[in-house]
Amino acid sequence: MTDATPVLRLEGIVKTFPGVRALDGVDLELRPGEVHALMGENGAGKSTLMKVLGGILQPNEGRILIDEAPVVMTSPLEAKGKGVVFIHQELSLADELSVAENIFLGELPRKRFGRVDWTRLYATTDAILKTLNVRFDARTRVGDLSIANQQMVEIARALTVSPRAVIFDEPTASLTDAEKVVLFDVIEDLKAKGVGIIYISHRMEEIFRITDRISVLRDGQYRGTLRTAETTEDEVTQLMIGRSLDLSRSPVRHALGKVALEVRGLSCGHLYRDVSFSVREGEVLGFYGLVGAGRTEIAETLFGLRTPSAGSIRVNGDEVRIGSPVDAIRHGIGLVPEDRKGQGLVLGMNCRDNMTLPQVDDLSTGPFVSDGAEVAIFDQYRDRLDIRTPGWRQIVGNLSGGNQQKIVIGKWLSMRPQVLIVDEPTRGIDVGSKSEIHNLIRDLAAQGYAVIVISSEMPEVLHVSDRIAAMYSGRIMRTFAAEEVTEDSLIQAISGLEPEKVA
Amino acid sequence: MAALTREAAGRLLARQGILVAFAVFMVVFALANPRFIDIGNVAGVIRSSAILGVMALGVTFVVIGGNLDLSVGSMMSFSTIVVLDLHDTLGPALAIPAMFALTLCLGAFIGILVGYLKLNSLIVTLGMLSAIHGLTLMWSGGKNMDIADKAGTWFGIFGRGDVLGIPVPILIFALLAVVLSVVLSRTPFGRKVYAVGGNGTAATFSGVPRARVVFLTYILSAFCVAIAGLMQASRSLGSQNTVGQGMELEVLAAVILGGASLLGGAGTIFKTVIGVLILGFIQNGLLLMGLEFYVQYVVTWVIIILAVWLDIAAKRSRLWSPIA
Amino acid sequence: MAQTTTFTAAAPPDDAPVRKPRSQLVVQGAIWGFVVLELIFFSVAGRFLSNSDTAFLDLDNMLLLLKQSAPIGIIALGMTIVMINGNIDLSVGATFALSAIVLLDSMTWPFMQALGDWAIPLAWIFALATGTALGFVNGLVVWKTGVDAFIVTLGSMLGYRGLVFMYNGEQPTSHLNWTLVDFAEAQFLGLHTATWFLLGTALVLWLVMTRTVHGRNAYAIGNNREAAVNAGIRVGPHFLLNFMLIGFLAALSAVVFYSESGSVNPNDGMLYELWAITAVVLGGTKLAGGYGSIISTLGGVVAIQLLRKGLGYIGADTETVNLVIGLILIAVLFLDRQLNRKGSEELKT
Repeated sequence: MTDATPVLRLEGIVKTFPGVRALDGVDLELRPGEVHALMGENGAGKSTLMKVLGGILQPNEGRILIDEAPVVMTSPLEAKGKGVVFIHQELSLADELSVAENIFLGELPRKRFGRVDWTRLYATTDAILKTLNVRFDARTRVGDLSIANQQMVEIARALTVSPRAVIFDEPTASLTDAEKVVLFDVIEDLKAKGVGIIYISHRMEEIFRITDRISVLRDGQYRGTLRTAETTEDEVTQLMIGRSLDLSRSPVRHALGKVALEVRGLSCGHLYRDVSFSVREGEVLGFYGLVGAGRTEIAETLFGLRTPSAGSIRVNGDEVRIGSPVDAIRHGIGLVPEDRKGQGLVLGMNCRDNMTLPQVDDLSTGPFVSDGAEVAIFDQYRDRLDIRTPGWRQIVGNLSGGNQQKIVIGKWLSMRPQVLIVDEPTRGIDVGSKSEIHNLIRDLAAQGYAVIVISSEMPEVLHVSDRIAAMYSGRIMRTFAAEEVTEDSLIQAISGLEPEKVA
Repeated sequence: MAALTREAAGRLLARQGILVAFAVFMVVFALANPRFIDIGNVAGVIRSSAILGVMALGVTFVVIGGNLDLSVGSMMSFSTIVVLDLHDTLGPALAIPAMFALTLCLGAFIGILVGYLKLNSLIVTLGMLSAIHGLTLMWSGGKNMDIADKAGTWFGIFGRGDVLGIPVPILIFALLAVVLSVVLSRTPFGRKVYAVGGNGTAATFSGVPRARVVFLTYILSAFCVAIAGLMQASRSLGSQNTVGQGMELEVLAAVILGGASLLGGAGTIFKTVIGVLILGFIQNGLLLMGLEFYVQYVVTWVIIILAVWLDIAAKRSRLWSPIA
Repeated sequence: MAQTTTFTAAAPPDDAPVRKPRSQLVVQGAIWGFVVLELIFFSVAGRFLSNSDTAFLDLDNMLLLLKQSAPIGIIALGMTIVMINGNIDLSVGATFALSAIVLLDSMTWPFMQALGDWAIPLAWIFALATGTALGFVNGLVVWKTGVDAFIVTLGSMLGYRGLVFMYNGEQPTSHLNWTLVDFAEAQFLGLHTATWFLLGTALVLWLVMTRTVHGRNAYAIGNNREAAVNAGIRVGPHFLLNFMLIGFLAALSAVVFYSESGSVNPNDGMLYELWAITAVVLGGTKLAGGYGSIISTLGGVVAIQLLRKGLGYIGADTETVNLVIGLILIAVLFLDRQLNRKGSEELKT
């Protein structure tokens, strides 16, 4: 275990917030030249731990050691000065400024009278960019770069100090496969220089491809470290959730009803083209594909938030025009959007008002809202969906992610829709609530709802769907029946291989 | 236990801070000068605050809906000038509905720009402040507007009249406050205003027609301005072109003082009324103390900043800002 | 699971490292195009409509126009920096008036009168210090309380105006110093003193915003405040400095204007904040911060002044100026939005 002095060591880190013990004695050891995965479900404490490491939060107990010397870091700047750098998931760049200005943000080289030393700034930046093999220069405006290249700017920023430890937080979330390869090359280079790397990701394939060791957090506690070469996905999963997750297809089968929604040749500019599919009552249709493949955009079109450039939509056999969410609701379509906090909920409003918002007009008596009717609906769906809240007056922003998601689902269930579209139903939700929501989706189908589930998580799609539409770059490549689908064929379809080649 | 009570006290102050401040303020001034709470004085204060108050009621809807309205002052001048001018040409019975129609058109124009075209409300209403002022000057030709036969018109009742001994402006203000309070808190429209201001995207994703709701808040605001203009014209039976100048900011001050968040989604009619009364009573209290009217500007400045500061300090549970 | 990598060749080509820059018509340059349009319009329209003997493009007329742009212009230049920060300052009009009072009143103080003409620079310093101090109060409150700059300066707009009235009641404050008047009315290389102040301020601020660390940080803070904070930029002191700067410039504007006029009414400078903001927005500065330019603001200032003068020149009532400027402000906002739209593919929220 002692092949080298660790560059970074955490000892018994404890961090409490009012009423919550977010980190409960976490240990972690990062060696030079190692890629160390940090895994754990959402809410396990990863982000809190990283904030502690980054100097944004101060631990209540425990020590941080860099090169075996205890340090105290009170700001991100101080952490950077000590050689601990972050590559954030949400890029923290100023769009309007140049690449060079972003890389040296807060540390622009000065001449007399506070003038910027542009010559030195651009020269230094171009030297750093050269080592990264990128094809833009120091003067490019950051807002004109692709997401992948913006991430390269973030990495370049880390290289302005000689980093001891670099922390990547979900770096591949919005990268194409080609861009990932470039990123992994950069990580290899850093590794060769003896930098320790902490790699946070949910994507098992990446973890097993590039990391040397895996540490797991659960409920704020350190659950152990595994050598990547000697472990399996199952073992890691079990450590993360404390049991094996059963994601096999639910065996329940039931008869399907008539076609509830039929889409023919739907296109929307370059977002997606010539998309056709149908969903029957009692059926769950899964949409699987990479981020940006056009799945969410289809959902938004069906809900009246985008104007299609071609194609037809039929609900219960009748062709309909959906120009706004109001139209969509009238035709019995409900949408649980992917961004729960941004699109799903008014966080400052209470639970009941959020749930009844789409039907507040229908529930009114005369010109006034009807408290009784609204509370009755809220109580009904609180019980049915097992929403844990002190009462309907609770402000939604104070609920957990899982309960918030149930409020959004309840909002649409209480409207008794024909078709329910659920976009990324379990994003940012803890494991327990996750399987609850999966079961709920199956139950809805059993009750005769037509359900469309959009997801980036393959196990989820496989678990809940009766049929799966695989999307790539704005097209449905192939639609699989649940019985015939395999992981390999699904991956091939969403990676852009022609259907006939797959077969 | 002590920490618990302190927390509870903090919460009370955060939620009802403005009410507590109002009570303390009234007691202190009443002790300093008993005439302050004399019924006649109180009625006088409310009466002179009524025009500002009526405008603040409408702006409360706009602000809760997540927008600003800086054009109400200039719009009020417009309404006043128009109704006074039409009074002599069309007669009061026709002048009033004509003025309402014109003012509502202005409100609709702003509502279309901010609601349907989604333009930034600060800039739009800033532009309208200037544009409406121009319209007013063009209408009046830059001259003061006066009713020719001041003695022979019934037009004065909205600003000068009494019903059962209660001044009409107070009645109008109170009635409108009650009605709009019910609209905001008890109707589907009110609920939608909170939703649109709280999170416009989520409201859209819930089938709330955001553009229409924003449009209607500006219509409502213009309606309140028209009433205020009517009260102003009726009170003075003659007016300068600039009668409402600067009132947009006083109105906004009252609404903010009442605790409505400029980010939208929070505030109530009741609290706005309190905000209006505080401004009114400060002015009055300082006058009674023999101080000039402009001292109230300075006092208002301090009170607005303290009120908003304490409000956000309670929300972030620390007094000083975390800005480095 | 490693087999995914074998499909990388099928990934969509993303060869271009640089995305096409977004459409930006209403940016630097566009406002100067508008200025040229105004010049052409008023020159041509003036031929038919004006009763005046002189052409609109007459040199003296243009020089006077620049001079008259100076008071609002100097304030608007400062407002640009504050707005690039993502803040706003509504108290500039009151700061302007209070600084003017200090300027004129201080020259009547006995010890100042004893100094003869040496009182002038001293009076300027008093006035500029007053403006800077008022800006300091705004900045400190914004920094320390974390209350939004809009509310803070809305409050101090009332409060500072109160101070103006408290100084001399509702009476005007007057003092005419002929040396000062001569200085203010002087022309150097054809340009009036006020114009030189306007151009000098623009030059200095342009250098600050494009060449100095402070200027670049101003953009960074307005663009992505969290990133700036994480990069160690001290946002609070930065705001403080910029509020002091705009206070100083409001005072400078007063110095330039009242050196010549010699009399301040307590209501002077009212609505200046609105004029200044209008000029800044016409110049294309984004209300949300992070984007804008000093030179474009100068264009906005000139455009407004041209409009005022031009409408008068072609015989339109002065009343129409307010209407036209208000509508142009809205039109610019509308154009800017239309040009930055993504077309029919846009999400309708």
